[in-house]
Amino acid sequence: MKILVCITHVPDTTSRIAFTDGDTKFDKNGVQFIIGPYDDYALARAVELKEQSGGSITVLNVGEAETEPTIRKALAIGADDAVRINAFPEDALFVAKQIAAVAKDGGYDLILMGRESIDFNGGQVHGMVGELLGMPSVSPVMTLDIEGDTAKISREIEGGKEYMELPLPFVAGCQEPIAEWKIPNMRGIMSARTKPLEVKEPSDDAAKTKVSKFELPPAKGAVKLVEPDNMDELVDLLKNEAKVI
Amino acid sequence: MGALVFVETDEGKVKKSSLEAVSYAKEATGDVIAIVFGVVSDIETIGKAGASKVLHVTDEKLAAPNIMAYASAIAEAINQESVDTLVMAKSSLGDPVAARVSIKVDAALASNVADLPDTAGGYSVKKSIYTGKAFANTSLEGEKKIIIIKKNAIAIKEDGGDAEIVAFAPAINDADFTVKTIKTEKAEGDILLPEADRVVSGGRGLKGPENWGMIEELAKTLGAATGCSKPVSDMDWRPHHEHVGQTGIKVSPSLYIAVGISGAIQHLAGVNSSKYILVINKDPEAPFFKAADYGVVGDAFDVLPKLTEAIKNAQA
Repeated sequence: MKILVCITHVPDTTSRIAFTDGDTKFDKNGVQFIIGPYDDYALARAVELKEQSGGSITVLNVGEAETEPTIRKALAIGADDAVRINAFPEDALFVAKQIAAVAKDGGYDLILMGRESIDFNGGQVHGMVGELLGMPSVSPVMTLDIEGDTAKISREIEGGKEYMELPLPFVAGCQEPIAEWKIPNMRGIMSARTKPLEVKEPSDDAAKTKVSKFELPPAKGAVKLVEPDNMDELVDLLKNEAKVI
Repeated sequence: MGALVFVETDEGKVKKSSLEAVSYAKEATGDVIAIVFGVVSDIETIGKAGASKVLHVTDEKLAAPNIMAYASAIAEAINQESVDTLVMAKSSLGDPVAARVSIKVDAALASNVADLPDTAGGYSVKKSIYTGKAFANTSLEGEKKIIIIKKNAIAIKEDGGDAEIVAFAPAINDADFTVKTIKTEKAEGDILLPEADRVVSGGRGLKGPENWGMIEELAKTLGAATGCSKPVSDMDWRPHHEHVGQTGIKVSPSLYIAVGISGAIQHLAGVNSSKYILVINKDPEAPFFKAADYGVVGDAFDVLPKLTEAIKNAQA
């Protein structure tokens, strides 16, 4: 089994979000970057599948040189080698085209990634890659098991789950509880230093969307506290001030 | 040039979020054609929300949701109707379908759009990013555009007329049917969490799944959906599809009520685009109060029944 796992390099979920350069750039000051949490689930499941039936895991990131520590962490968790496409991930289409270019002749049985990146939350890249490669795409995948050339998956839908079967190869956007996050051990960290990390220049495909300016939401006013014995007052506020009930 | 809107159904009824997409498209482009699949009991609501024409796909093969086949059908409709914009609501089906359509028709795509487009000197939309913690004003290039809207981006209009209902029979491509749905498990009759205009969520403060009756009673009284925090879903007190937060469902209702949830940053990320937040927690230091509009410092077991009763009295 040959698995490609695509990862994002994103601010830790507890990061303070701020912008610089006239609100045109993300402020990286004091921010810790991590493997996207959903991508981390995809990677963990890939490692489990490899433990069960052998094969190899290649991890792919579209990013500038600063993402290499994040890629090394994925190697420490259990990927065998890595590819970094040396470009800023402009938009979902740009990233999908870079992934498709790597995957086209790679002979991968599975292309896994998170359901969405936690910075732009678009949830689009897996579907685009599937369409570009003429493969099925499924997301958000909660369980994934392989039997021969067929995969059995479950996918979250609003208010429930769908159970599906599909032939390999395909693209999946993953989420919990597909696997438990894996914490790299010392041996993994040591071996990750010497695992191959190939840097490739991007294809000349252009993004179709561009961020002109970032904005923060308006700050919340102070909370209005109501005494537990005063529920009529609370209902009045919800009804006549907020007008939400 | 007008817009096509992908309208989704739930239990044979048009989803509210899809009606928001129709009203959004009407406001943004003026002329709206909708496409809907399978049996629909309230198809007239699509016209009321602003569509002038509804393409109704009745082929049995397309009755159940199918990401690849729906993407092919929608791409065919875009070409047949010569529209330049596709609008839909963010959902577990809409997202993957939109991604595939964007490649088929070579469109620029923006997801999580929170406002009407700004067309002065180009085409720009405001996207919600960093799980609701910021916005990105984003310009879209090229002739064709796909806009996936976030819940509550616009109010549903109900003053439209009767849309013309036209049968639409898209080409059936066998390659689109390699993914087989074996079974679907779904809570019947519940208000879907991402669709809900009011949400009542419970956390560890409720002490156990046996105490969820209070949450359900309040939700029922308000016509709200029920949600929960991540620990509650991790401990299997409640199913994963009720988990609200950074790695769960992101909601943007008019009213979010959090009971016994401390307000970890990962939970707040899932609720921070709610219009109003009410927090009930016995710990006055709970960080959730800083993100709340209204708060009650008190024990859930004492406050919830009183609140439910006060709402019932106000409704009577």
